[in-house]
Amino acid sequence: MPTQIAKRLATAIPTLIGVVIVTFLLTRVLPGDTAVYFAGPAATPQAIEEVRKNLGLDKPLPAQFADYVKGLASGNLGQSLSTGQPVLSDIRTRLPASAELTLSGLLLAILIAVPLGIVAAVRQGSWIDHACRIVATAGVSLPVFFSGLLLVYVFYYKLDWAPPPLGRLDVFHSAPHYVTGFYLIDSLLAGNLDTFRAALAQLALPAVTLAVFALAPITRMTRASMLAALASDFVRTARANGLSFYTVIVTYAFRNAMLPVVTTLGMVFSFLLGANVLVEKVFAWPGIGSYAVDALIKSDYAPVQGFVLVMGILYVLLNFLIDLLYGIIDPRVRIEG
Amino acid sequence: MAAAQLLDIKDLTVEFATRRGLVRAVEKIDISLAKGETLGIVGESGSGKSVTSYAIMRILDRAGRIAEGAITFGGMDLRSASESRMRDLRGSEISMIFQNPRAALNPIRKIGKQIEDVLLRHGQARSSDAREKAIEVLTQVRIARPEERYHAYPFELSGGMCQRVVIALALACRPQLLIADEPTTGLDVTTQKAVMELIVELTRARGMSTILITHDLGLAAAYCGKVVVMEKGKVVEAAKSETIFRAPSHRYTRKLMRATPRPGITLRDLLPEDAAQPSSERPSKAAKGRPKLLSVRNLVKEYKRQGQGGGLSGSLAGIFGGKKTEPGDAMFRAVDGIGFDIAPGESLGLVGESGCGKSTTSMMVMRLIDPTSGGIFFKGEDIGAVPARNFARSPWRKHIQMVFQDPTDSLNPRYTAARAIADPLLRLDDGTDKRSTRARVEELAGLVGLPANLLGRFPHQLSGGQKARVGIARAIALHPELVILDEPTAALDVSVQAVVLNLLQELKATLGMSYLFVSHDLHVVRLLCDRVIVMRQGRIVEEGSAEQVLEAPKAAYTRELIAAIPHPPV
Amino acid sequence: MSPAEANTGAVGAPESANALAATLRHARYTFAENPVSGFAFFLFVLLLLCAAFGPYLVPYDPLASDTSAALAPPSLHHLFGTDQIGRDIFSRVIVATRLDMSIAIASVALVFALGGLAGIAAGFFGGWVDQVVGRLADTIMAFPLFVLAMGIVAALGNTVTNIVIATAIINFPLYARVARAEANIRREAGFVQAARLTGNGDIRILLTQILPNIMPIMVVQMSLTMGYAILNAAGLSFIGLGVRPPTPEWGIMVAEGAGFIVSGDWWIAFFPGLALMLAVFCFNLLGDGLRDIVDPQRRS
Repeated sequence: MPTQIAKRLATAIPTLIGVVIVTFLLTRVLPGDTAVYFAGPAATPQAIEEVRKNLGLDKPLPAQFADYVKGLASGNLGQSLSTGQPVLSDIRTRLPASAELTLSGLLLAILIAVPLGIVAAVRQGSWIDHACRIVATAGVSLPVFFSGLLLVYVFYYKLDWAPPPLGRLDVFHSAPHYVTGFYLIDSLLAGNLDTFRAALAQLALPAVTLAVFALAPITRMTRASMLAALASDFVRTARANGLSFYTVIVTYAFRNAMLPVVTTLGMVFSFLLGANVLVEKVFAWPGIGSYAVDALIKSDYAPVQGFVLVMGILYVLLNFLIDLLYGIIDPRVRIEG
Repeated sequence: MAAAQLLDIKDLTVEFATRRGLVRAVEKIDISLAKGETLGIVGESGSGKSVTSYAIMRILDRAGRIAEGAITFGGMDLRSASESRMRDLRGSEISMIFQNPRAALNPIRKIGKQIEDVLLRHGQARSSDAREKAIEVLTQVRIARPEERYHAYPFELSGGMCQRVVIALALACRPQLLIADEPTTGLDVTTQKAVMELIVELTRARGMSTILITHDLGLAAAYCGKVVVMEKGKVVEAAKSETIFRAPSHRYTRKLMRATPRPGITLRDLLPEDAAQPSSERPSKAAKGRPKLLSVRNLVKEYKRQGQGGGLSGSLAGIFGGKKTEPGDAMFRAVDGIGFDIAPGESLGLVGESGCGKSTTSMMVMRLIDPTSGGIFFKGEDIGAVPARNFARSPWRKHIQMVFQDPTDSLNPRYTAARAIADPLLRLDDGTDKRSTRARVEELAGLVGLPANLLGRFPHQLSGGQKARVGIARAIALHPELVILDEPTAALDVSVQAVVLNLLQELKATLGMSYLFVSHDLHVVRLLCDRVIVMRQGRIVEEGSAEQVLEAPKAAYTRELIAAIPHPPV
Repeated sequence: MSPAEANTGAVGAPESANALAATLRHARYTFAENPVSGFAFFLFVLLLLCAAFGPYLVPYDPLASDTSAALAPPSLHHLFGTDQIGRDIFSRVIVATRLDMSIAIASVALVFALGGLAGIAAGFFGGWVDQVVGRLADTIMAFPLFVLAMGIVAALGNTVTNIVIATAIINFPLYARVARAEANIRREAGFVQAARLTGNGDIRILLTQILPNIMPIMVVQMSLTMGYAILNAAGLSFIGLGVRPPTPEWGIMVAEGAGFIVSGDWWIAFFPGLALMLAVFCFNLLGDGLRDIVDPQRRS
């Protein structure tokens, strides 16, 4: 087992290197004079020169790359012009907000999509099957920012069930004592049910928006994969041996069907992390997505690049974990690999 | 005075809803089976034999349904039984095993657990003794070291072992009836024998009834007391095994009997009695003294083995016939230094079981893959020296052609039959224009007996036999001197095979070609080939004339192979 | 288990080798069988017409503002209402079709050319070609794709062309992967071996045997990616990249209307969003329908 982990880690490392190289290249591909962009629109020629020297832009490219990597190793992702803070500390502060949102959305999506896909496959042709297919096609067609806005309109403006989309907590509540950075968990740990409820209310709509977005690929994959499993020879054997409905569907079909679904989780995360940025903008969620978007509008480039780099690294790690998970579930990989 | 029948099928009709409307896969059939009896249901593809068994088990596809008739099992009406009642019956009173054993097992569940599932479901064990009982069941199907194997996953077992596990699953709860649907198709003939004997032993010991569904008449003859012959959904003949084989009454049964390759006949005898006789006599053997067409010397092909050879996979390799690898043994020799010749006009048979290296050998002679070492000489020229990558452009390409095993896979799905046959003409024959290509294609179609109006069809619109003819026409288009045939009739029905084999013989005589005929079917080889080579584990264990090898074999392995071929009781 | 359809030989196959006539006939049959695909095709034609002729047929100038009629809800005068500076939303939505469709078509064409061919070469030749294409695809896939698109547009500059390039880049791995997998499967297929026997060299096999067999899957992929490309471009515009106001484009119109949702003026963001949804929906359904048409196995 440790050799498995080591092997997979070994394949993740070149990818990480690729991520660093690409983000480095992105910093150097800026049109015009890079130093001007990092110095900001209001900079004087001397300030620009200083920035140029600071960034080492006068050195040859390989040396610049070495500097860049050295900077990363010491946690230097540059300085944000708009907040005045180092990019890394900005990101660290805002990361839990994005994580809480994304994970809630994903969890909600899985809880709905997987059972829906299973039932749709087992009861092919039924109304649930059709509903599943509609959800899958519509979910893929709906722009995530549009569905977010629709939800705000219906649940906040019309029905008054949801609070105004203004972030993680309303003005009457303050953040719970920091343990994980997840307001839901932290407020429960502190025993503060009132804050918990407030945080949950704020989280509801954005999480549902993300969930609606993630529903489509997950349910589509679950349904397709269950259909394939149900049509397979080994399920035929299980049926021919009279095994119970539950055993056939769950122990034989479902467990095998889950394998392809786990593999698609990586792709789902890719979409989710992108959708996260859009949802944060709609709901004014103080995560790293809105951090990057705000910086973009102000032509503040360092946060954007820091954002891309951090997201890349996070995503590589996520994929590594998914690979590990797959290796645990599938004995063919575990034993032969 | 007939004893009470265990299984009684009357007037059974099964319909399927398809795009083209309602199709009757089985029409008004009557079958009966007494306790302890073994019944063979024999038929070619489309006969409805498998559908019948699915109907008995009530596991028909969604689109299928029992339209008419009655199925009675031990006095119980199976047609109207509830699904939960059927679930109780399946696996405990009636069991079924299928083709392709590895796919029939749950790939991510230990086989011991799978057996436990069945035992627990039908109350044959409690969770406290389930494991013990599962191991006992494994022992009964002759799986060595069952306590160890209990923890194995299907992918760690050989095909033969997987089939034993499938049998274990089916027999674990001691059913009264076992239905075996082509249980040995795809298995080597020696494994086939072992599996069939196991089935016979277990069913006889327990007084079980068995239904054996097969396309192989020899198999039915060897193992069944009663035989039912089906054609296009109807039963055409039902009688005791000896009666069917000594004095078949229906025309179709006679046709099937004749078409089955067996000792003591010639190719012409495979065809129905009223078929047009092929025009040529069997050609005289190649004259001695003429230079060899093909010479192979010390041919070796090595592959890198995946992972280490020790442990479970190494010992498993030793069990199903491969070499036992030592730890650190990184190379695997698929072909281990063989040599043979083919004379002009001669037909050489290359036989062996799976993994013996015969397909690899034929691929190398074909120049589709490169040998690791050794020489391949065609008319004295070292064609082995030309890399496989470049051989398509070599002037030798058109002299050596191949007929592939799977006619579906070897035809481009987007090419019509005419275009597929024309391909070698367009690629390798300079100086032909469109009109003469078309004429050539029609001529070739005529030679292989393919009606000209089928030339515009796509592969999925052609039958298996028609596709095989297209493949043959393509192979002979440029009158090659050597044609390699890699199990060309393995995927065909036996009656179609009879026609195709005769066709191949005729073409060989007309066009003066040599054949390298690769097959696992010894009877077929004997009919078509002058000389035979037997391969095992990459080496040649015997060679000689066809009669000599097949009637008086010298090597023990050859004797084993021949003994394993099922034949009717004499 | 299924009735023996195949071995009895098909009925009614077209005699002549006129593949196009057969395709059209099969297309008509598929659409008749599956009305949803027919509907998608109809929608697709409608979109094309809007893109081509929309700007000439709309009742109002999409850029003309009329502050007296600002924030008017949908009515007979303004079918989709007006925005905060009085521009007619209906006209803007129709005119925006051209821009969004062009972005989508351009990116899909680009990625098909680069990704598709790279993938086929990688799958067929293997070796270093496979390694290089694989590394490239893996590096791109290492990022959440939308995030990478943001980074690329931010780096290259805030223009529509760069949106096209960014969309093409982030779709490259998908195309390359699909093409590679298909080419890989077919590389060892019997008919490819047979083609080698009949004297076809590698390049010829690639172009005449493999590419035509892969086209159906690639066409389906292209249709699906069109939808994704539109969403991507709209998303980028929503966060302020690429398209600048006052250019009418669906994504940026939703962004402009977003702030007004909380005060109840829903139409400003709703109609462009609806248009987006319909377009993407149409391409997804079309992709499914196309798959049925071009797959030769499905013909009867």
